[in-house]
Amino acid sequence: MNWRFGLTGSTFDPLMTSHWALAAALLLPLVFGALAAIFPPRRMWPVALACAVILTAGIFLLIDTRQAGVLRWQWEFSGIGVALRLNGVSMLLLLLTQWLGAAAALYTPGLLRISDPERFARWLWPLMGAVISALSLAWVATDLLTLYIALETMGLAAVAMLLLSGQADALLAGMRYLLLTLVGSLAYLLGVALILGYWGRLDLAGLAEVVEPGPVAWVAAALMGAGLALKAALFPLHAWLSPVHSSAWTPVSALHAGLVVKASLFVLLELWSILLFETFWAPRVIAWMGMLAVVWGGLIAWRAESLKTLVASSTVAQLGYLMVVFPLLLGPDISPLARALAWDGFWLQLMGHALAKAAMFMAAGNLILATGEKTLEGLAGTSRRLPLSLLVFGVASVTLMGLPPSAGFTAKWLLLQSMVISGQWWAVAALLVGTLLTAAYIFRFFRYSFMETAPRHRYQPLAPGMDVIALGLALAAFALGLLAHFPLDLLHGGSA
Amino acid sequence: MNAAWLPLTALAASLLAAVIIFSLPEEARRVRTSVNLTAAVIKISLVALMVKRITNGDEAVFSFQVVGNIDFVLRADALGVMFAGLSSVLWLCTTVYAIGYLEGTANRKRFFGFFSLCVASTLGIALAGNLFTFLIFYEMLTLSTYPLVVHSGTDKALNAGRIYLRYTLTAGVVLLFGVVLLYSLTGDHSFASERGLGDYLDDHRVLLTLIFALLVGGFAVKAAMVPLHGWLPRAMVAPAPVSALLHAVAVVKAGAFGILRIIYDLYGIELSVELGVTTALAVASCITIIYGSMRAIAQQELKPRLAFSTISQVSYVILGVSLFGPFGTIGALAHLLHQGLMKVTLFFCAGIYAEELGIHRIDEMDGAGKRMPLTSLAFTIGAFGMIGLPPVAGFITKWYLGIGAIQADMYWVVAVLVASSTLNAIYFLPIVHRLWFRVGPAHGHGHWPDEQRLGRLETHGWLLWPAVFTAAISLAAGLFAGLPFSPLDWATRVAVGEYLP
Repeated sequence: MNWRFGLTGSTFDPLMTSHWALAAALLLPLVFGALAAIFPPRRMWPVALACAVILTAGIFLLIDTRQAGVLRWQWEFSGIGVALRLNGVSMLLLLLTQWLGAAAALYTPGLLRISDPERFARWLWPLMGAVISALSLAWVATDLLTLYIALETMGLAAVAMLLLSGQADALLAGMRYLLLTLVGSLAYLLGVALILGYWGRLDLAGLAEVVEPGPVAWVAAALMGAGLALKAALFPLHAWLSPVHSSAWTPVSALHAGLVVKASLFVLLELWSILLFETFWAPRVIAWMGMLAVVWGGLIAWRAESLKTLVASSTVAQLGYLMVVFPLLLGPDISPLARALAWDGFWLQLMGHALAKAAMFMAAGNLILATGEKTLEGLAGTSRRLPLSLLVFGVASVTLMGLPPSAGFTAKWLLLQSMVISGQWWAVAALLVGTLLTAAYIFRFFRYSFMETAPRHRYQPLAPGMDVIALGLALAAFALGLLAHFPLDLLHGGSA
Repeated sequence: MNAAWLPLTALAASLLAAVIIFSLPEEARRVRTSVNLTAAVIKISLVALMVKRITNGDEAVFSFQVVGNIDFVLRADALGVMFAGLSSVLWLCTTVYAIGYLEGTANRKRFFGFFSLCVASTLGIALAGNLFTFLIFYEMLTLSTYPLVVHSGTDKALNAGRIYLRYTLTAGVVLLFGVVLLYSLTGDHSFASERGLGDYLDDHRVLLTLIFALLVGGFAVKAAMVPLHGWLPRAMVAPAPVSALLHAVAVVKAGAFGILRIIYDLYGIELSVELGVTTALAVASCITIIYGSMRAIAQQELKPRLAFSTISQVSYVILGVSLFGPFGTIGALAHLLHQGLMKVTLFFCAGIYAEELGIHRIDEMDGAGKRMPLTSLAFTIGAFGMIGLPPVAGFITKWYLGIGAIQADMYWVVAVLVASSTLNAIYFLPIVHRLWFRVGPAHGHGHWPDEQRLGRLETHGWLLWPAVFTAAISLAAGLFAGLPFSPLDWATRVAVGEYLP
């Protein structure tokens, strides 16, 4: 399993350009964010220029990773070695982060121009940069300490972004989130301390060699798992999620639901694949929770009164799909074919959901901004007045429902195949029921939007591009489904 | 020589039309109309080109890899082109009709956009080269039909839409499960492959039967087989062009077409007979035929009566498939086309009566033949076809189905056919009688519920001519059934291909 994360196995030395590209990918978001705090951009083009540089760095890294399979960097600082690696998975996630981050950043100037921003609005930029940098670091880090730094930076920056909107309920939700993320970090740190004390090392590749199943590994895995599950809003530790989103700014929600919660999940899987590789029960517990998450999240979203609660609760259910896959990735006696299918399906689902959920938050944000209503009832008449925002929401929801031709569908297909092969019928049922529940809450939304009995609202016109960016993301999720072959090739390339 | 561009362009014609329509402003009526009509004409010519290539024995396959060993395949084969031809010809007629029907109403951009998406999905279903691709377009059809069903935005329409989704999305999930089970068992299995699934019979008999039940159960919802038909009569709240194309042709036929693909191109006829599933299917379709007709008699409104008649008539196709033998197959395939032509005519006429005279109930139709002779003539032709009176196309299919039943030694099927024709006559002939032989408002007795004078002719020309045209084709398909490229001739070609490899 470790080879899948590119922790072991030899490779070439990275090219000179890759060094620069990596530095650009990790540091430039921070730099540009700081610049934007000093000179807040009012238009889209300066943002686009900055994003183009970072995206170019990503493309360079992609080309190198495709050739080498795994890229590895190593430095020595006063006796402590730090290593970073890029393999198929982390490359894909890095690209996803950069493109999603670019979309969120491009969306922001329009939003701030229209919505009469608070004083603090300029601080959104450096925080967004910090989140993107920290995410990028989390994908490439290979030791527990760097991972901790990345997760902590990401968490704190995310809390700060959520607090920016300055409303009372945002403050309350943000403080609760801060508290929980600190508790999560604490649990994680305890696990790290245990590992450092017992095995005396923190690099994942080294740990993979020395770790043996036993109480220490189990306790450490449980501590870190609990901390990360809290940060990732895995059921039943998800309750903080939807209050946080209900008052956050749209690009913040898009980044948070799309990427930030996924980072903790990624780290969780990576760590458990080292600490709990042969354990039978732990992944199953996660999977049972996942089944409950699918049902519970779906029901909450179905009953939701406010649009943002609907979108946020759907994240809980969608994370449930990913949790259900755990027993197919970790544990003994999994046939190689089932594991390979589950591995592909897992990442495809994660990426598809990230794109679609970001698009959906943007569409929801646009609808709320244009109508001035936060509830579903306020949507009446929008199908006539705001067709593009609704179309974006629809295209994104196709991915969430897992209907073709979307990444959600291709992922569900792979996962179902894997589950059928390994006879996990409960998981199959969870996926199928999840599809129906998702359809139930999605079409409840559309039912409101198709009503013609609307009082005449005044509609706030949106800035050009706000819908187009969201549509681009939603269509990217479609493309990812139909052309899944290409990202999955990259995923397999990391196996060298 | 392979012409990969052909199926792709045919699909792109309606997809692009949808994209262009969505990006045009609501007021751009002329541009939208010309985009719609141009795309429809282009598509008909592309399908005609496919027919030509198939006659010459040339291939037209487009495929690319999605994941691992699963491909997205569009293939123009004889069976698929039959369905594609039906949908593209009727798309043109219905577009013309819809332009007239929706003149001056709101949300036309949304309507025509999703309408084009629907037709694109239908074409995709027709040309899908494996079950995976089929599933993609099948679900796309479900989603793109929803906005059309709820088009009017009234509570009744929204409820109908909800019920429609409950049925079809659940069916979609069942179908997905069946398809995944099948892929796990057999891997990617092209519709074009000559070998059926016979190799798996010995070891996986129960599993194969289960998968068959899941797949056919999933398709039967769209094909509106009893007891999975509940959505269809409710969905009649949709505007008349939607009912006409989608609920008499595209959606229900997509279900029936799926069952055709499963039996002919996936399982193979021998294996289906060996598993005993065809008998079960024959019984189910007979029940549907009789039940649909009985319920149709009980309806007092025109559109619901036509809807129940659809439920009954679509099952003829499935009945024909489940009769083991070439005549049953020919009957089934020809009925797929004939029923589409006749039913679309009937729905066009029902829409015209509603628009021009405000008629919704059957007892309001007295004497409408005098006021609207051409519409009533078209309706009469359609109704006679449904009953199966010669020389309208419906007669041909019933004849072939009867022969097929006798050859298969299933005499009870003949009894069902006779009973059903009698029932059809019981619910259609009174309408025809009212149209022509009762005295009504046109003769100075009483007045029409809501009369509009929409055009110089008996009604708006955009409404009238499509109905007259499809009625004429229904008649011609029966009269000239022996000519090459008639529906019967093409159905025979497909059937011969199935039985004489």
